Amino acid sequence: MTIAPNIAAPDNQEYIPVKQPFNFGRWFRATGWRHLVGAVMVVFSAFPLLYVLSASLHPGGTLITANGLFSEVDLGSYVTLFNLPQQPYAAWYGNTLLIGGITSAGTVFLGALAAYSFSRMRFTGRRAGLLMLVLVQMFPQLLAVVAIFLLLNGISDIFPAIGLDTQIGLIMVYLGGALGVNTYLMYGFFNTIPASIDEAAKLDGAGHARIFFTIILRLVAPILAVVGLLSFVGTTNEFVIASIVLITPEKQTLAVGLYQFVSQEFSSNYSVFAAGAVLAALPVMALFLWLQKYIVGGLTAGSVK
Amino acid sequence: MMTTPGTERDRAQIVAAKKSRQAGRIAEAASAGIKVLLVKVLLLGIVDAISVYALFVLFIKQDWLVFSLVLLVTIVVNGIYFRAKGLPAKYLTPGLIFLIIFQIFVIGYSGYIAFTNYGTGHNSTKEDAVNSLILSSQERVPDSPSYAVTVLEQAGAYSFLVTDPDGEISVGSPDAPLERVSDAETDASGQAIALPGYTTLNFSDIVNNQEAIAALAVPVSDDPNDGSLRTPDGSAAYLYLSDLVYDEAAGTMTDASTGVVYTEDPSQGSFIAEDGADLQPGWKVEVGLANFAKAFGTDSIRGPLISVTLWTFAFAFLSVATTFALGLFLAIVFNDLRMRGRNVYRVVMILPYAFPAFLSALVWAGMLNPQFGFINQVLIGGAEIPWLTNEWLAKFSIIFVNLWLGFPYMFLVCTGALQSIPDELQEAATVDGAKPWQVFRLIKLPLLLVSVSPLLIASFAFNFNNFNLIYMLTNGGPRDVTAGVNVGATDILISMVYKVAFVGANRDYGLASAFSILIFVLVALVSIISFKQTKALEELN
Repeated sequence: MTIAPNIAAPDNQEYIPVKQPFNFGRWFRATGWRHLVGAVMVVFSAFPLLYVLSASLHPGGTLITANGLFSEVDLGSYVTLFNLPQQPYAAWYGNTLLIGGITSAGTVFLGALAAYSFSRMRFTGRRAGLLMLVLVQMFPQLLAVVAIFLLLNGISDIFPAIGLDTQIGLIMVYLGGALGVNTYLMYGFFNTIPASIDEAAKLDGAGHARIFFTIILRLVAPILAVVGLLSFVGTTNEFVIASIVLITPEKQTLAVGLYQFVSQEFSSNYSVFAAGAVLAALPVMALFLWLQKYIVGGLTAGSVK
Repeated sequence: MMTTPGTERDRAQIVAAKKSRQAGRIAEAASAGIKVLLVKVLLLGIVDAISVYALFVLFIKQDWLVFSLVLLVTIVVNGIYFRAKGLPAKYLTPGLIFLIIFQIFVIGYSGYIAFTNYGTGHNSTKEDAVNSLILSSQERVPDSPSYAVTVLEQAGAYSFLVTDPDGEISVGSPDAPLERVSDAETDASGQAIALPGYTTLNFSDIVNNQEAIAALAVPVSDDPNDGSLRTPDGSAAYLYLSDLVYDEAAGTMTDASTGVVYTEDPSQGSFIAEDGADLQPGWKVEVGLANFAKAFGTDSIRGPLISVTLWTFAFAFLSVATTFALGLFLAIVFNDLRMRGRNVYRVVMILPYAFPAFLSALVWAGMLNPQFGFINQVLIGGAEIPWLTNEWLAKFSIIFVNLWLGFPYMFLVCTGALQSIPDELQEAATVDGAKPWQVFRLIKLPLLLVSVSPLLIASFAFNFNNFNLIYMLTNGGPRDVTAGVNVGATDILISMVYKVAFVGANRDYGLASAFSILIFVLVALVSIISFKQTKALEELN
């Protein structure tokens, strides 16, 4: 916190148009030390990621050989990964994309419907409903994991197709959290779209459904992208509920499968795990960096009113 | 306006308003279009078809409580969508249904489970427990006659077609006691070999499924004491009788070989002998506050519970404090327009946030491995520092790894908040003679805290239940061997719940739910206090 004086100190000199000789001390006090901080943070942030990348490319395969960063490069672990007899990695990958995709699409749709009604309509219980949206966020579903397990177990007795050890069952559980997590964020964004647009459309004869689907949804596309991505990332990372609902290895997700893989043979087969981790992280990181602008916008919209 | 009895003008206005509302409704209905209507009818049709199927299955299973619930929900949903009024409900219902079942109902259900002994050995009804006890203690009657049996299959389930020594033919399965049949096909010797509606297994099918067939036990009658038929080879069955004899009226289970009488204890859901020995499995019963008494009254559980709770609070608080401090520091450092390459730094620093968190924890667990990990082997040069297995070092490692995971979020949030503070404030303060530190301390920081404090609360709530980090990095370890439950030094409440309920051979759903209820209460208290402090809820509109 002692850095503050440096922010403003050289201000007076900055605007003197006379060209001054380069002074390292002055440069360092103004911005140089910031680059130093930046360099430290770059190493801190990126090192674990480079480490896992190098581990995945090292043919040695164990945790100890992974320490020789990028000393040897070989794609063998990636080939091994898809030919493991016990661990169906390709199936986990597909399941994760499928479950994450359907859940995030469902979350966006259900959340947008609710946000639209909270933002555009006035009805009894509206304030209570908004209050509930905020409060529900405080109680994540994983707190009730035991009850969710027993509920799905009970559903299995009647409808095995949507009960325990089914992906539909898991998706339904995730959709239970759809209104809680990000609807409030959407609601805030919906409020920034002027209501006069709705009214103009109404005068032109559009019904509420048409206004919602053809006008509002297009105007709020950025927040839909943010919520969809956050939901996808959240689903990909979700371990607790997925681990108790999905029992058959072919039905499991990456989080469940890779955790079990690692806990069984951690240090001996590290490069294969690392290869699995790199591939698992790719879609999420690509989406994240691609939509970065929107996400940062969404985060700050949530924080700064 | 509507309620005040008023002048002519008021009345005219009311009429006008009514008319315009009516016109609006007509326009609305006219504009809805045939397509929207079709989609609506189609979707409702799908929902109704599923409900009818569900109702049919529930009717057959005679599960009347769920049957009436499904019926009620179906009627309400149809009502909502076929009514002209109640527009908000049409938009809210789809999300609400999932929310009510998988978020609100399950919370209530946790509350119920906390008052039962649900868990390993107590996970079904008393009837199931009696049957399973009798089945598991069955032995072949030494002088049992041989019953000719044909193994049948229907929809993946096996049945026995039995011809008893007197030539009587009956059919039964493990779920349905033997019942006389008259339409069976018999061979020359009078043995039944086929039954309409069933497939007869041939020899190779029997060989391929020998284990499953040998495990089948078909009850002779409704009374479990009558024993059941089993076939070791798929062609001849013998009578198996249990050592245990169940007396429903007296509520006792008597071991015929030893003469020990086990009496049923409705408060514990088990058959218990006089010397305290009990028969496993028991059944599920409501046990009142027993789980809470166990959690708070047993020394070997209360001690760990208290330390886990304290660590949960410490972990959540320290996580927020460290990530916020680093994020704010970086936001200030990189919020200088003169600096070049800020975007490059920013993208690299967001990477930990973009990398899936469960993988980060697993990768760090590898790097911190005492014998082979990068930190000990390369950075420290071969020292075996027990980063994840020493109680305090493990706690430190968790906070450190969470700092890596969480600082980018705080950095993004603080950058946004700092940039939204108007520059004029700083200029005005500088003109008034404030030092840069004073500007930060007295103007920027308070303004920043106002806008980020709801996010700090959310971050606290998230870390309070940050299961993935704990479970994947240290697995809660090092384990506390003196504790009465499976718990370690770095376990937080939610990972303790998971371990008690799902890890190891002895699952105790009741106790785990009691811990869940504790978390609910703590989270609710924290929420109430923090929302009161920040007044965030008062701004809702």
